[in-house]
Amino acid sequence: MTQYIVRRVLYMVLSLGVLSMVAFMIIQLPPGDYVTTFVHMMQQRGIAVDEAMMRALYERYAFDRPVHEQYLKWIGNIVLRGDMGESMAFNDSVADLIAERLTLSVVLSLGTLIITYIIAVPIGIYSATHPYSVGDYAGTVFGFIGLATPNFLLALILMFVTLRLFGWSPGGLFSPEFLAAPWSLARVWDLMKHLPVPLIVIGTAGTAGLIRILRSSLSDELSRQYVITARAKGVAERRILFKYPVRIAINPIISAIGYLLPGIVSGEALVSIVLSLPTIGPMLLDGLRQQDMYLASSVILMLGMLTMVGTLISDMLLVVVDPRIRFEQKN
Amino acid sequence: MADRVNTAERLEAAAAAAEQYYVASSWTLMRRKFVKHRLAVIAWFVLAILYLAAAFAGFAAPYDRIASRTDFSMAPPTRVRILHEGRLQAPFIYGLTRQRNPETLLMEYQTDPEQRHRIRLFVSGDKYKVLGLVTANKHLFGVEEPGVMFLFGTDQLGRDILSRIIHGARISLSIGLLGVAMSFVLGCMLGGLSGFIGGPVDMAIQRAIEFLQSLPTIPLWMSLAAAIPIDWSPLRRYFLITLILSIIGWTGLARIVRGKILQLREEDYVTAAGVSGATRRNVIVRHMLPNFLGYLIVHLTLEVPGMILGETALSFLGIGLQPPVVSWGVALQQASNIRSVALHPWLLIPALFVVLTVLCFNFVGDGMRDAADPYK
Repeated sequence: MTQYIVRRVLYMVLSLGVLSMVAFMIIQLPPGDYVTTFVHMMQQRGIAVDEAMMRALYERYAFDRPVHEQYLKWIGNIVLRGDMGESMAFNDSVADLIAERLTLSVVLSLGTLIITYIIAVPIGIYSATHPYSVGDYAGTVFGFIGLATPNFLLALILMFVTLRLFGWSPGGLFSPEFLAAPWSLARVWDLMKHLPVPLIVIGTAGTAGLIRILRSSLSDELSRQYVITARAKGVAERRILFKYPVRIAINPIISAIGYLLPGIVSGEALVSIVLSLPTIGPMLLDGLRQQDMYLASSVILMLGMLTMVGTLISDMLLVVVDPRIRFEQKN
Repeated sequence: MADRVNTAERLEAAAAAAEQYYVASSWTLMRRKFVKHRLAVIAWFVLAILYLAAAFAGFAAPYDRIASRTDFSMAPPTRVRILHEGRLQAPFIYGLTRQRNPETLLMEYQTDPEQRHRIRLFVSGDKYKVLGLVTANKHLFGVEEPGVMFLFGTDQLGRDILSRIIHGARISLSIGLLGVAMSFVLGCMLGGLSGFIGGPVDMAIQRAIEFLQSLPTIPLWMSLAAAIPIDWSPLRRYFLITLILSIIGWTGLARIVRGKILQLREEDYVTAAGVSGATRRNVIVRHMLPNFLGYLIVHLTLEVPGMILGETALSFLGIGLQPPVVSWGVALQQASNIRSVALHPWLLIPALFVVLTVLCFNFVGDGMRDAADPYK
């Protein structure tokens, strides 16, 4: 058990290392080196760059050194000092820029994950226990459409419909009076009021996928002999369902977090752009339009880390929930 | 007596059917099973129509993809009518006039029942090239000048949205197939290596797959697409976007190939083929591949929608394909402003085609999944 966890954590650290290399590669992609572009950008804005500043820049990013040293400098800055470089597009340090937006992204992603499960689990159980009923078909149709409609289109359509019907659009995460306000209970409450629409939009595809997984794994389980035996012995239907088959069928759902999370994080970025939510997505797009690669790579790094930590947690959960895995690890 | 004859006949028929079943090739069985999935068959035909329209876009679309008619900016969808003054007629449309609303200062369009234009087949119009070879100017349907027909309305620059959808289908529909083809090559190669060689190679490839699958795709695609230099030719851009989309796409396929190879390697007939002196290449291509080709095709079919959606998302955000190239995502760029969509909802119509295509691919994939293992 401990060995398993240690191995998983080690593996995650290794993945994070590779991820950081991918992120660094993104900085290197556009032609020309960063300092030259930065100086050019500053001059365009009418800010003179003197020798000392240039030297400071080279010092900070090690641009005159070989690529592997540049990488070490970059990752060292991030790990040791939390310095993710300077954003060209926003003229501020990347770490400061993304801190609050990233928090909101995490809140949205986690919220979506929770909503996804709250909606999918009951529908999945219902579909599996009432196969080929009207409700089951409705669930299937919803599933297909949910999987086929990209969530950014769903966001567009939803905005259009609410604008037409109610005369307001569900953009943003805060009311105007709370936009720049410091965090307070009232602001949190305001955030809660704005959350449902984006959460549902981001979660549709994941919910549809989960319903399908749960339906098939649960209906497999329900036709097992132990269920028939239990029924023959007169165990109450509800008890049969929740005592064993649901517990087993829920496992694929927990391990599904690993592949749901990247999708949710992706969807969150995209939906935020359409609904103009103050999360990391719109900032990434703005930055990319101006080829602001330090911003982009930091965002990739952070979002990748988010999904990896999420997967790690889901693996741990699985160990807790499923005794078979614990047992396997012991032997 | 009659009963007994009937039973005998029925038994014979059943035996014949069974016989047919046993002698039928696996492809025949697959087709039979696929046809049973109604939705999949319908979806198959819808896709066929879409791809045909895309291949002959110049002919199928009533107008050119970028010819703008600035005097018809943001015109609403034209209504096709069959009743004129209470009498049934061949399909026709009324003329379109526009004037500025004195209060809102917005352009407003009115139909003019005085002008009537019959909708005709094979009308002459904008010039185009058939499959890039022959110049032609006949269009499947349309109205004679000076009449104008915009079945799905027009955009800001007065371009017919239906025509843009049909022309855009070339990019949007082909990018899915091309991307899947790239995924196929990568997936088979790396998955095959992983399954056959095993050991450290297998370990490395499997970890790489897990790593790639744990990345949030859209932000990664966005960053890579944004790094493509702006001045590159549309064709180069198109290929690079496709490549970017298949960076993640091959992983699922590689896993299936590896799993199947590991499983089939232990089968008796594979050992038998090896013992009889078949070369390794022959064992793979002649004996193993046909066994899991079905699964691969199913997986590829279900992979296409992801590619189409990816391209649409990137182009919609303005970092994928760039105008004047038209794809469904590029056509949707005009819908990114919600105020404009609220006034001109027909700007969202390209989205319906995205959803329709993705749904169809899902249904076809579902039907194929049932058919892939016809002996079940």
